[in-house]
Formats: sequence, structure tokens, C-alpha cells
Amino acid sequence: MTMKTSTRQVDGVAIVDCSGRITLGEGSVILRDAVRELLSKGQKKILLNLGEVTYIDSSGIGELVSAFTTVRNQGGELKLLNLTKKVHDLLQITKLYTVFDVRDDEAGAVKAFS
Amino acid sequence: MTELRVSYTLDSTLETVDNAEQTASRIATETGFDEDEVMQISMAVREAAVNAVLHGNAYDPDKKVKLDFERTSQDLVITIRDQGKGLDMDKIPDPLAPENLLKTSGRGIFLIRSFMDEVQIHPSMTGTEIKLVKHVHGTSGDVKEASQ
Repeated sequence: MTMKTSTRQVDGVAIVDCSGRITLGEGSVILRDAVRELLSKGQKKILLNLGEVTYIDSSGIGELVSAFTTVRNQGGELKLLNLTKKVHDLLQITKLYTVFDVRDDEAGAVKAFS
Repeated sequence: MTELRVSYTLDSTLETVDNAEQTASRIATETGFDEDEVMQISMAVREAAVNAVLHGNAYDPDKKVKLDFERTSQDLVITIRDQGKGLDMDKIPDPLAPENLLKTSGRGIFLIRSFMDEVQIHPSMTGTEIKLVKHVHGTSGDVKEASQ
């Protein structure tokens, strides 16, 4: 399944709903482009909803890290929402679970942005 | 369970990475591994194929990736070979080290080792061979009992 993203705005936070596979190649590029486009518009509060992400490889993990650091370096915040078990487990074993701000409640996640 | 030996010679493309993953998933499922194990095996193969295509053969159309599956009553053994310059194991950082946590690459080998029961990496001047072993259900426990 190809990676797809759609973005909506809730209380000043850009929520990027991601679905499909974040893998080397197209999937990673689509995520990268979505985050860059938001930053280029001055949108620095970004919530990645990964609830429909079915698969992620090491390149996809790298892309999440890249998105996180890129947003942070521009003075913004990036949080993750609705991890599937697969993605949750991958972030656990790579010790990234505590690096990201991971949320499972959209309203709470939106409120958590400073 | 029937024994199996199958070999593929693949181009150095991203399509090869997807094909390797899908083939691994199919064979692991047929072998009787559960859903989580199938995901682990297919992801390990995907990561090894990525290394072969990108870092080994560097997308060179003249270089091939060889992918072998061998299933016995005890193990599923998957071997991936590239025709690159040979992986420099000393240059693979520990992705769990605090200074490396926010690096955007370097987790492939770590994930492979996390997901498979045995991993052997043999770099040489003519390419890298990586052998991945997943024990078929029950055999790892049998081995432990036998060694006690």
C-alpha cells in the first residue's frame, strides 16, 4: 500500500494523517515533503497521526527522526499520535520511544503543544 | 513441513527490496511462523536487501543481488549477497548510543540482529554475504534442553 498523507488544522496544530508504508523510497519522500511543506508555510506545530501506518522500515524510522529534528531546529514541535503495535515496538527497541512525544489521544495531543 | 531451497538473482533496484521482503513474508508464512515472526523475518530480509542494493551494489545495474532461502525441519536460513566493496563492520555505529539516537540512518543491521536468531555477516573484497537464521518453532527450545 502506497504511503498517503492528508493534513488538517485543529487549534493551530497541523495534524498529518499518514497511511500505508513509510519505507525507503516513495513512502519516506512523501512524509518528508509533507513536513517540509508545512514548515515552509510557517506551520511549526505538527502532529503526525500514524494510526493507519501499516509498516515502517529503518529508512522510515530515519525519516521520523529527520522530521523531528528538522521541526525542532526551526523552533517547532513534532509529536506522534496513535502508534500501531508494530511502530510502537520498533520505536521501543531503537530507544526512540522516549525521544518522541508519543500520544494516543488527539485532543490531548493538540492541547500539549505549547 | 517440506524442505525448500530456492534462489533468486535480482537487479540492484528498490523493486528488488520489495520483492525480497514479499518473498520472505510468503515463505515465512508457509513455514508456519506467527504474524509477528513473519514481520520480523520479512523486515530483516528487507533491511539486508536495502544494504545490498544501496550500500553494497550502489544501484549499479551491472551488479546483482543473490537471495537464497533454505528451509529445513529446524531452521529457515536466508542468505543475501551483493557484489559491492564489502561492508566495513567497524564503521557501523551503535544506534542505541546516546550520541547516535537522532541519526537518520544506521539502524538496519541492528534491526536484523534484533529480529533473527542468528546473523552472520561476511564482508569481502567482492561483496558482502549476510546469513539470517530463524529457528522453526520448538527447535530452539530443543537445543537449549539438549545443551543442559
